[in-house]
Amino acid sequence: MTLAKRIIPCLDIKDGKTVKGVQFEGLRDMGDPVALAAYYAEQGADELVLLDITATHEKRKTLASLVARVALAIDIPFTVGGGISSPDDVRRLLEAGADKISLNSAALRDPDLVGAAALAFGSQCVVLAVDTKMEAGDWYVYSNGGREATGRLTRDWVREAVARGAGEILLTAINRDGTRSGFALDHTRHIAEAVTVPVIASGGAGNKEHFLEVFTEGAADAALAAGIFHEKILALPELKQYLKTSGIAVRT
Amino acid sequence: MQDIVKKIAIVDYQLGNLYSVEQAFKHLGVEAVVTNDKDIIANADALVLPGVGAFADAMENMKKLDLVAPVKDFVATGKAFMGVCLGLQILFTESEEFGSSKGLGIVDGQIRKFSNNLPDNSNAKVPQIAWNRLLEQQIAWKDTPLKELPEGGFQYFVHSYYAVPEDQNVILSTTRYEGFEYCSSIIKKNIFACQFHPEKSGEQGLSIYKNWIQKI
Repeated sequence: MTLAKRIIPCLDIKDGKTVKGVQFEGLRDMGDPVALAAYYAEQGADELVLLDITATHEKRKTLASLVARVALAIDIPFTVGGGISSPDDVRRLLEAGADKISLNSAALRDPDLVGAAALAFGSQCVVLAVDTKMEAGDWYVYSNGGREATGRLTRDWVREAVARGAGEILLTAINRDGTRSGFALDHTRHIAEAVTVPVIASGGAGNKEHFLEVFTEGAADAALAAGIFHEKILALPELKQYLKTSGIAVRT
Repeated sequence: MQDIVKKIAIVDYQLGNLYSVEQAFKHLGVEAVVTNDKDIIANADALVLPGVGAFADAMENMKKLDLVAPVKDFVATGKAFMGVCLGLQILFTESEEFGSSKGLGIVDGQIRKFSNNLPDNSNAKVPQIAWNRLLEQQIAWKDTPLKELPEGGFQYFVHSYYAVPEDQNVILSTTRYEGFEYCSSIIKKNIFACQFHPEKSGEQGLSIYKNWIQKI
């Protein structure tokens, strides 16, 4: 097994600033995304994700210029998501320098968007972001930043999206987001085994052991976290050294 | 890098990772022009063919923009040429992507699909989106753009297809994906081409561009 497991810091962006909340609420300012992106790249992040959570379309227009500045500052791949609802949106962000885009609520409203994006730009740059929540013993998809129940089983939606051309799954367990109680291991493994594309686990990272668990028990290909890195609770070099010592292939 | 004043052109065939390849040269303090102008291509000292996307689209765009002959002519001059990802793949004879498509035919061989050729018991994910290792083969890396990489060094890969050169002697590195070993870069006279993305592979990746430029 030579593939390196990826560690992906996530920057939630609101009105051009990095923010962080708990279970998608109570946002706090975490500073300049370009400086933070450059810092993580230099610290050994394998990729970055930028999620724009700006509420209005008007304010979102500045995203492409932020993406261009991030592209200039880093030499590792990065994914941009948040409010992407048409192939034109995708094109604009890829042209600005993003390597991949992630689709979430818009893909739920219009599943053809997944196929259209994959056909035009290749599956390798289409990440399906899924906000998933445990209810009555099963995991269901939520939309609109985790606020609205869709009634769809997560595994069904993920399978459908992969069949339509999604090249990667970013699976966020809403119940775990910001709690630092660990990733949703069983669910992550279940989804990772259900599809033929890489799965990025997200939501719940609180310590380095959580990352080890999600790569072993959770069968994740990559793990994403935000607050734990932003607040310097865990440093990337320390995390990677720990994983390496624990027998996980990581890029160091 | 201040002593190098070379004209580097990046072929713009309206697909792919032009921007990030351009950035890599900027990081090195080297000017590179993104172009589909035949004269600029012909007069360049070195040419980069980047690429992300589908093989058939790439060839169609190359034809539509009338770039097939300029690129082939450039390679024939013996000046430094570099292909990245899809830019490696379209150098080959043909691809089995969506049926069969003809490539530029500069390097003899086939482009094959991972999913058709991985062992049956493999649970490998396609596309391979990963940092994976480069393994040294018959050709020593010390005089090539890979010279600063450690054996087994990581580069970033994003692809569903891989190259099978007819002549094994052009293979500069291989990479193992879930136990399946394939060609991840080639070197043949003035041609260097890689399946991975050095422009997205941190400092080691940048060293590949740097050492490629120094040979120009």
